Parts: sequence; C-alpha cells; structure tokens
Amino acid sequence: MDEIFGIPAPLLFGQLLLGLINGAFYAMLSLGLAVIFGLLNIINFTHGSQFMMGAFVAWMLLAWAGLGYWWALLLAPLIVGATGVIIERLMISRLYKLDHLYGLLLTFGIGLMIEGVFRNEFGSSGLPYRIPNELQGAWDLGFMFMPVYRGWVVVFALACCLATWLVIEKTRLGAYLRAATENAALVQAFGVNVPRMITLTYGAGVALAALAGVLAAPIYSVNPQMGTNLIIIVFAVVVIGGMGSILGSVITGFGLGIVEGMTKVFWPEASSTVIFVIMAIVLLTRPAGLFGRA
Amino acid sequence: MASETTVGAMPAGVHESHGVWGFTKAQLTALVLLVAFLAIGPFFLYPVFLMKLLCFALFACAFNLLIGYVGLLSFGHAAYFGMGGYIAGHAAKVWGLTPELAIVAGAIVAGFQGWVFGWIAIRRQGIYFAMITLALAQMIYFLCVQAPFTGGEDGIQAIPRGSLFGSISLSNDMAMYWFVAAVFLFGFLMIHRIIHSPYGQVLKAIRENEPRATSLGYRTDDYKLVAFILSATLAGVAGATKSLVFGIATLTDVHWSMSGEVVLMTLVGGLGTVFGPVVGAAVIVTMQNYLAEMGAWVTVIQGGIFVTVVLAFRRGIVGEIANVFRVKL
Repeated sequence: MDEIFGIPAPLLFGQLLLGLINGAFYAMLSLGLAVIFGLLNIINFTHGSQFMMGAFVAWMLLAWAGLGYWWALLLAPLIVGATGVIIERLMISRLYKLDHLYGLLLTFGIGLMIEGVFRNEFGSSGLPYRIPNELQGAWDLGFMFMPVYRGWVVVFALACCLATWLVIEKTRLGAYLRAATENAALVQAFGVNVPRMITLTYGAGVALAALAGVLAAPIYSVNPQMGTNLIIIVFAVVVIGGMGSILGSVITGFGLGIVEGMTKVFWPEASSTVIFVIMAIVLLTRPAGLFGRA
Repeated sequence: MASETTVGAMPAGVHESHGVWGFTKAQLTALVLLVAFLAIGPFFLYPVFLMKLLCFALFACAFNLLIGYVGLLSFGHAAYFGMGGYIAGHAAKVWGLTPELAIVAGAIVAGFQGWVFGWIAIRRQGIYFAMITLALAQMIYFLCVQAPFTGGEDGIQAIPRGSLFGSISLSNDMAMYWFVAAVFLFGFLMIHRIIHSPYGQVLKAIRENEPRATSLGYRTDDYKLVAFILSATLAGVAGATKSLVFGIATLTDVHWSMSGEVVLMTLVGGLGTVFGPVVGAAVIVTMQNYLAEMGAWVTVIQGGIFVTVVLAFRRGIVGEIANVFRVKL
C-alpha cells in the first residue's frame, strides 16, 4: 500500500491529518459562533481575534510567568473569556434592541483594535511556542508517522465539542439556554436571569475560541493575523452548515477540513478556494445550509 | 422611530419634498458646495490626494447604494473595487486601451462579478448576507494571489494613464484630476438618479418591509440583484479610476480590510444619506494620510472609530447634521 490513486500514501495521510487538524479548529470556532449567535443574535466578528488572543496568552504565560502548556490550556480560556464578559457588558449589551448588523460592525471594530494592539506590541512576524514535553515525538502507525501533538489536537477538540454538546443538550443549564434561544422574554418571566446568561454565554463562546487558540499555538506560529484569516473561512463553514445545530457545526467543520486537505493533494491550486466554492454550491441548492432551519 | 433600529432608515419627521431634479433644497445647497469644492480644491490641495479621496468617495457611494437604500450589508465590496482596478490596469497596460475604455472594461467585469455573487448571496439575508459576501470576496482575493495576470504579490505596476479619447494626455496631474472629478460626479449623480427613480422607491420599500413589498407583487429578489449589480459596477469604476491615478493595482485593494474600510467610511459619514459617504471618505482618507507613519496604530484608531460610531453616533456626521436641521441630506 505505497500509493493510493497514484498518490504516495504518506503524503495522502499526512494531508488527511492536516485537514483533520484544520477541521478541528473550524469545528471549535464555528461551534462558538453558533452558540453566541443562538442567544445573542449577533455574529461575533471578534472571534478570530479572541482565538489569536488565546494563543498569545499561552505564549505570555510561558514567557512572562513561566507557566507551561497545561496551565495555559486552563488559564488562557478563563482570561480571554473574562475579557469577553467585559466587552459584552460594556458594549455589545447596548445593541440588542438594534438591527443585528450593528453587532457585526461593533465586533468587527473591536477585532481591528485587538489585532492592531497586538501587531504594535509583537510585530507581525510570529513567535514560536514549543510543543510540551509530554506530547513530543511521533507514533509509527505502519503507513505513516503521526506526531503525537497533532493526534492530541484532534482528540482534544473532539472532546471539547462533545462536552459542549452534552452541556447544551443534556443539562438543566443547557435547557435554559435552548429555551432562551427560542423565547428569551418567556424564560425571563419564569425567573431565570437571562441577561446574566447572555453574558456568560458570550464569555463561554469566547473561551472556546481562546482554547482553540492555545491548541493552535504550537502548530502555527503565534502571530496577530492568525485569527482573521481563519475566521473568514469559518464564516463560510457556518454558512455551509447552518447555525441551527451543534452537531451540524462539528460535522461540517471536520468534514470541510478533510475536503480542504484532500484538495491540497489532488489539486493544490484550488485548496485555498475550495471551501468558498462549496459554500456557493450549498447556497444554490440548500440556501438554509446543510443542517440549518429555514 | 425607525431610524434607530433599522440600518439606513430615515429619521422620523423628515418630509421628502422634491425640488430640482429630485434634490431637496438642502441637498441642492450641499451639491453646489460639493461642486464648488471640486472646482477650487486642486488649487489649494495636492491633486493626487484629492483624486484618491474622490475614488474612495465614489466607492463609498456605491456601497451606500446597497446598505443605505436596500438595507443589504455587503462585507465584500473590495472584490469589485480591486477587480475593477486589476482589469483596468491590465487593459491599459497590456491591451493599450484608452483610459475611459479601460475604466469601462473594469466596470463591466466588476458588474458581471456582482451579478454572479449577488445571485448567490441574495438567497440569504441580514448577517448571513454579510458573511457570504465576505467569503466570496475572500475567494476573489485568493484567485488574485494566484492568477497570472494580476502579478501576485507585486501587482500590476507602471500602468500608463494614457490619453483620454486617444487625444488628451492625462500624464499631467491637473488633467487627470478633471477627468477623475468628472467620473466621480457622473457616478454620484447616477446613484442619486437611481435612488429617486420609481425603481429606487421600490428598493426603499424592500428595505422598510420586504414581505409587504412582496405581497404588493414586486419580485424583490430581482430588485435586490439589480441594485447589487449597479453597486458592484460603480465600485469597479472607482477601483479602475484609482489604479489609473496611481499607476498600480495591488492585492491591498481586494483584501478584506478594504471591504472594512468602505463600511467605515460610509458609517462615519452616515448610512443612507446622499452626501454621507463622500464626507466619510474624506475624513478617513485624510486621517490615513496624516497618520500614515503610525503603522498599526491606524488599525487601532479605525477600530476605535467603528466602535464609537456604532455605540454613540449611528447617524454619522451628515446624518447628525441633517437631524439637527431637520432636513434630508
């Protein structure tokens, strides 16, 4: 089994793995966007910058406080999530009664500010972040070498998505959340503090983006633009999947990552545009998205 | 009070009375001021700076046609602006077309692109529409990075300005300025004419209440698509003119940050006002000129302006002035 469709097997599986990793980030980010959109009705354009902040906070924790990867995995989402809570309380919460497009414009502006500040502080060249010792090395799977860290990213991202799904579908808190998505006023009438729930939901969505950022830090170099380029692709993923279902965003995220990886093998020139082309095709055939409710 | 909740809606209590050519008295005054500024501007200010300003003003006006009068937020207008620039640059440099034909070529390609993308994007509304237009524009960006005729990272350089109608040389900055001013004024008046036509009234009806417009028998998707094509075409004209002015067409003009800039210009000037995009473009271009050496801080300041305008002053500069004097501008 050296070649598959005339492609050397290690190359094929290598790209498949890269696709899965990209898919993991698409899934985690589109999941956060969907959760925020469900309750707040805004598209969080700052999401890419918050992903980037996650990676930078991990780097800062190591460089300035000597706290390693495992601490970063815990602390970075909390820190970035807290900034998200502040942003929601101070700014986003003033816009709920307005056209939802204002929320998009506001978060776009906040994203620009965050990115600009980080570019001033750290330049655009990117900072290295080492893979932790426990996850160094590679497994020999027989047909390819699998770097341990990459396997860890895919498994951990899947676990995060599953945990989010469980919280939303199987817990009391998740039931409140789903109810508030349907009819916030009624849920509030039942004595649930909906404004606080909205704030915490935004914080949780942001924390998920930051967590993805920490995961990405050792793979991509940590640089201020790492989020924005990713978030536009994630927007396309969200349009393809539709934001109605949690599981839908996860499947779409991973699926599109794999499709992108495979395109890199068979038609490299198209790999940067394939997701956008798929988005156009989906819009022409199923305007509400693959898993969306019209 | 529709003005606070709907993007681009008119302030309450403003009467639409049509004077000369559909301009209200206040608008006519503003138009006279604008033309006077165009006429005497180059004797006081650097003509190249003014030309840049006019290109962006036309770009913002084209964008405003969609957001202000149809209520559609396109977050990918850089695709039409940048593509117009590339096509005009290629036409002038490689095919040797005269400047006016190069601009027409850029406009046609941008309009065709707007037709295809509009046809895809109008299937969704609101936030989805913004995300789809942004994603499609990003696709164009990646295509421009790879396509041979755009020159990739280098862009198309040394584009000749050529001679207008093959006879009037535009290499002189003043000559070029009058040409650019004419193109801008043509585009500006065309948009005004579109808005005040019966077709424009239907667009406003769609913005205010699409289901009702549908129930009155209007095929709203067709109206939206035509508006999208017109907007993309004029954005193409603006981009094509800019590439001739500077003799260069680069990836900057198709990048998403350019789409963000045109949103910012229109927002600062006032969504849904006739003169707002011009004022907004003037403010932002001037600011970029003076702050150019500050590097990434410009991005921070632009983000800050976005946040401030959205939170505190959604009518924009011209919208606030119009509100104070209870007129329509």
